Amino acid sequence: MTEPVLRMEGVRKSFGDALVLDGVDLTVAPHEVVALIGASGSGKSTLLRCINLVERIDDGRIWLGDLDISDPRIAADRVRARIGVVFQQFNLFPHLRVIDNVTLASRAVLRIPRAQAEATALALLDRVGLADRARAYPDRLSGGQQQRVAIVRAIATNPELLLLDEITSALDPELVAEVLDLVRELKGDGTTIVMATHEMAFARDVADRVVFLDGGVIVEQGPAAQVFTRPQHERTRTFLSRFLGPA
Amino acid sequence: MPANLPISDVEIGRRAYRRTQNVRSVLVSLVSTIVFAVVIWLTVVNTPGWERVQRSFFDLETALAAWPRVIAGLWVNIQVLFFAVIGVLVLSVIIATIRTLRGPIWFPLRALAAAYTDLFRGLPLIIVLFLIGFGVPGLELFPRQSAQFWGTIALILTYSAYVSEVFRAGIEAVHPSQRLAARSLGLSHGQTMRIVVLPQAVRKVTPALMNDFVAMQKDVGLISVLGVVDAVRAAQIETAANFNFTPYVLAGLLFVLLALPMIRLTDWYTARLRAREQMGSIV
Ligand SMILES: Nc1ncnc2c1ncn2[C@@H]1O[C@H](COP(=O)(O)OP(=O)(O)OP(=O)(O)O)[C@@H](O)[C@H]1O
Ligand SMILES: [Mg+2]
Repeated sequence: MTEPVLRMEGVRKSFGDALVLDGVDLTVAPHEVVALIGASGSGKSTLLRCINLVERIDDGRIWLGDLDISDPRIAADRVRARIGVVFQQFNLFPHLRVIDNVTLASRAVLRIPRAQAEATALALLDRVGLADRARAYPDRLSGGQQQRVAIVRAIATNPELLLLDEITSALDPELVAEVLDLVRELKGDGTTIVMATHEMAFARDVADRVVFLDGGVIVEQGPAAQVFTRPQHERTRTFLSRFLGPA
Repeated sequence: MPANLPISDVEIGRRAYRRTQNVRSVLVSLVSTIVFAVVIWLTVVNTPGWERVQRSFFDLETALAAWPRVIAGLWVNIQVLFFAVIGVLVLSVIIATIRTLRGPIWFPLRALAAAYTDLFRGLPLIIVLFLIGFGVPGLELFPRQSAQFWGTIALILTYSAYVSEVFRAGIEAVHPSQRLAARSLGLSHGQTMRIVVLPQAVRKVTPALMNDFVAMQKDVGLISVLGVVDAVRAAQIETAANFNFTPYVLAGLLFVLLALPMIRLTDWYTARLRAREQMGSIV
């Protein structure tokens, strides 16, 4: 069996008295696309932030490949550079042109020469149909375009794992499709993805596995078809009925 | 709008109307300015003491005689200003960055920076000038330097305390999600600060910063208390020689002229920022 890209064991995280993650076990295989679903406040974002080491876990362990990234002695910046993240609010750098947003990590972290980094970036931008906007500032782009740039920025360094946190929630409905199409393409490329999403139809379509988070634990997980059509747990059924309408 | 698109008659009418409106408003403001100026002029000239004041404050011959010395003094002010601006920019960015450092190791530095800004924002510049200009050389710790040098240091110390607070406000105004995004890309704390946070902070505070430099520009004249022969000191010497205050007026005018480009630049930049941040460009 191939080594998993990500492995979490008994991960616990609380904010003050609120226990948000209460022992989460999750394994993600190479090229797998995992959709995290769950009610608002169930800890999807928190889980992703723990993986990305911007939130310190209270207990448990997390491995990226064979590296224990919950070990405080590892170089956190190095680990973050190996993980791509896309946020709900895009978070592009407004003072940098599109091309510089995309090449920043390659140049500043991986020390790739500018010319080479730009060539890679332009090829990626071209793929998402935004090569002609490379010299524009982010505020001159539509929401969908900004989010596609944010995705390109996240994958420009060839990360081993891509984390997407409700990347279409801030978009107007007609712009959602262009972003989801791009995620579908990334899956086609074999990118390993963990995504928090409220887009159930999309999760069903694209995810290899759906993980339902509730009360700080993974209540149920399995192939999308199974979780959506034959949920095993009462809590999953209740949650899904709110999204998909009563079966 | 792309050239050679056909323009509708309605739009042609609207443009013609706007043109006549423009011409009218220019004429109105011209006339009202002239009337206003004439009224003020007549009022001042008809005051009982005008002749005397004119002789002792606005005497052309005295001004011409004082010109070489005052202009040479102004050159000293400009030099001091130049080095002080650079010094303030460097020192205040350092202080502001120190004050945003987190973690217990940095506590002493942070406390020192905080104490410095508190102290020098409270101290009147003139006292700092005396303390630095006469006190520090007395320590005989440093090689001998000119009064001009110590005056520049005093200006830098005083103004960096203000300007570092402006920078700090700017740094804190950059949304935390920007830092999160930068760190998520693998950038270190220092890189995040340098490449992502500071450039945005500087942009946010530039108008306030430019105003502080306009203020500093005129405070440069205070170094004359250390005996530096700058424009103010030169004017003082000329005044004492002729018992005529015109050299002070001359020096004052020169300071205003020196400040004008900076003031205009500040206004222009502020307007540009506003235009960039505003979606509806006519409201
Ligand atoms: N920095 C923080 N400090 C305190 N509480 C926090 C913090 N971040 C998150 N929480 C709390 O942790 C819980 C989980 O939040 P999280 O953002 O992970 O939920 P989520 O599943 O992503 O929700 P949504 O679907 O609305 O994005 C919430 O109750 C939230 O209030
Ligand atoms: Mg969330």
